[in-house]
Amino acid sequence: MKIHEYQAREIFRDHGLPVPRERVAATPEEAEAAARELGGTVVIKAQVHVGGRGKAGGVKVTKSPAEARAAAEKILGMKIKGLEVRKVLVAPAVDIDHESYVGIIIDRASRRPVLMVSAAGGVDIEEVARETPEKIHKVRIDPRYGLLTHQAMGLGFALYHDLDRARAAAGIFRGLYAAFEAVDASLAEVNPLVVTREGELLAIDAKVNLDDNALYRHPRFESLRDPSSEEPGETEAREKGLSYVKLDGTVGCIVNGAGLAMATMDLIKYYGAEPANFLDIGGSSNPEKVVNAMRIILSDPNVKAILFNIFGGITRCDDVANGIVTALKQLEVGVPLVIRLTGTNEKEALDILASVGLPATNSMDDVVQKAIELAQGGTQ
Amino acid sequence: MSVLIDGSTKLLVQGITGRDGSFHARQMMEYGTRVVGGVVPGKGGQSFDDRVPIFDTVAQAVAETGADTSVIYVPPVFAADAIYEAADAGVGLIVAITEGIPVLDMTRVMPFVREHGARLIGPNCPGLISPGQSKVGILPGQICEPGPVGVVSRSGTLTYEVIHHLTGAGIGQSTCIGIGGDPIIGTSFIDCLDLFENDTATLAVVMIGEIGGTDEQEAAEFVQREMATPVVGFIAGQTAPPGRRMGHAGAIISGSEGTAAEKMEAFREHGIAVARRPADIVGLVEEALG
Repeated sequence: MKIHEYQAREIFRDHGLPVPRERVAATPEEAEAAARELGGTVVIKAQVHVGGRGKAGGVKVTKSPAEARAAAEKILGMKIKGLEVRKVLVAPAVDIDHESYVGIIIDRASRRPVLMVSAAGGVDIEEVARETPEKIHKVRIDPRYGLLTHQAMGLGFALYHDLDRARAAAGIFRGLYAAFEAVDASLAEVNPLVVTREGELLAIDAKVNLDDNALYRHPRFESLRDPSSEEPGETEAREKGLSYVKLDGTVGCIVNGAGLAMATMDLIKYYGAEPANFLDIGGSSNPEKVVNAMRIILSDPNVKAILFNIFGGITRCDDVANGIVTALKQLEVGVPLVIRLTGTNEKEALDILASVGLPATNSMDDVVQKAIELAQGGTQ
Repeated sequence: MSVLIDGSTKLLVQGITGRDGSFHARQMMEYGTRVVGGVVPGKGGQSFDDRVPIFDTVAQAVAETGADTSVIYVPPVFAADAIYEAADAGVGLIVAITEGIPVLDMTRVMPFVREHGARLIGPNCPGLISPGQSKVGILPGQICEPGPVGVVSRSGTLTYEVIHHLTGAGIGQSTCIGIGGDPIIGTSFIDCLDLFENDTATLAVVMIGEIGGTDEQEAAEFVQREMATPVVGFIAGQTAPPGRRMGHAGAIISGSEGTAAEKMEAFREHGIAVARRPADIVGLVEEALG
C-alpha cells in the first residue's frame, strides 16, 4: 500500500529523523494560511501516489503567502499521471548545500532488507543505478541483528568525509531502518537527504510503501489509505477480497489465479485486442465472488465482452457456473459472456451453464479469440 | 525418477484439521502420498479420518513417524511460526502453501531455515508433484502423467494450464514444482533447475516465470552456464502495467525492472526457447526432446 509523503514524514519523525515541520492543505486558502504560519519561503508539493511530481509541475517554491495560494490553486486539481491532486504539502524551503539519496528496499535475491545511499541525490535513483552504479553504496541488513553501527557508519562515510556529519547520517540510517521495521514497510526512502548551508542534515522528502501482507498487524494504517488514488472498481474489489487492476482495453476478464490471469491478458494482446482488466477471483470460489467480479467489470463502460478463464483446482468449476447464473439474475449484463472452464467439476459446471443456454469451451485460445470477436463486433 | 519427493516421501500436514488442510490431506492420500501425521496444537492424540495420527508439535510428530517432509496450510498469522517449528524439528523439506506472510517475517525465516539445513518451498505456492509417486500441496493430480519433463513455475493455475497441454500431447512430467509468487521464496528457479539437471529422468525443463524481480534473468544465465538439459520458457505479464501488483505479492514491475520483455530477452539471449502462448510450449518441448 502506498501512503502520502505527509504521512511518511510523520512516521519518520516518530523515529527521530530530522524532518522539517509541514502543513497539509486541501484548499488554496489553507495553503496561504500555512505559508503565513511557517513564514518565509515555502515549498508547495502535490500529494499523489506517483513519482516525478517535480517534472509534472507539482512542486513549486513560493516567497509569500499570496504566491503560496496561487501555486496551490494551480497544483490542486491538477492530474499527475492520471491521478488528481487533492492535497498539497506546505513545508519551509531549505537552503541546500548537498543532496543525497537514502533508501531501504527488500532485496529479493539476497532475501534481506538492503540500505542504499548515494551522493547523487534528489534525482531518479534508478537512473543512477543504471548509468553510474558505482555511485550507489549498499549494505545488506540481517533482520535478526538490525542495522549494525559499523554498517551505518560505513555508509555515513560513503556520503560525508567529516566524522560528525557521518555520525549524524548514521543516526538517520538507524532511525530509517527502525521505521522500516516498525511499520512493516516494503520501501522507505529519503530523497533527498540534504546538508543545509548551515551544515544541518535534513530529510526533506519521505516515501514509504507498506507491505499489504503485514497490514493486519497495523490496523491504524487503514486510515492512511487514500481511496481517491484508486479506481472506484479497485476499492470495491479490495473490500470484496478480489485482486483487480483496471486497464484500458475492451475485453473484460475473470480468471482464477494471478499467473493465469496475466497469461490471459497477454493472450488477448497476442490476438490483437487489449484487456480491460486484471482480475483474480482467488482460490476458493464461492459464487458470491463471481457476482462481485462481474459487477465490478460491468461498471467499466469500456468493456464490450467478458471472458471467464477458469482452471479448476481448488476452485470448483460448478461454483463458478453457479456464480455466473446468479449474476445473470441479479445484474443487468448488457455485454456478451464467453466461458472457458476446465478441471474440478467441469461436467457439473457445463450442465449448469447449459440449463441457462450458455455454451462453454475448454480451450483458453478459443475463448480469447471468441471474446475479441464479440467485443469488436459490439463496437462496429 | 523425480526430484525432491517420490514414493518414499513421508509427509506431515501442519494444519490438517483446517478447511484447506483437511481437504488437501484427503486429496494427497487419495493420490498415494504417504501422509504419516498431522500437527494441530491441542489435538494431539486424536486421529484424522481414523487414519492419520495427530500431534501437538512437529517435534513429536517427527519423533513418532520419521517424517522427512512437511506441508503447511495454516493461516498467514501463524505460518512463519509453523515454518520455524518444522525446521527446528529437523524436517528436511518444508512446503508452505499459505499466501499472505509478511515479507519481513520471511527475511527472518530464511536464515533460520538454512542454518537448520532445511529446504523451504514457497510460501504462496501450490506445492509440488512427482506424477504417479507423490504430491505435496494443492496441484490437481489428475492432470499430470509420469514422464520426462520437469516443470518449475512461480504460478499456480498457469502451471496447471501448461501441464494440461503437456499431458494432452502425451508428454509426461518428472516433477512439477510451484516455487511461489511472493517476493521472498525459499527455493528459486536456479535451485530447481540444478535439481532437474542432476536428475537422470528429466530430459527437458519448462520454466514459467512472471513479472517482478530478476530471478528469471539469473536463471537464464545459469541455464547457459551449467545445464545440458534443454529449457523452454514462458513469462506471464507482458501486458501488466508498471508499479501495480498483479495479484501475487511478487508480481510487480518496480520502475523499469522486472518486465516480461526483459525476462524474455534474457531467456532468448541464453539459449532458452521462449513460448509466446501457453499452447506453444508443447511444440517447443517436443523439439527439445527431439
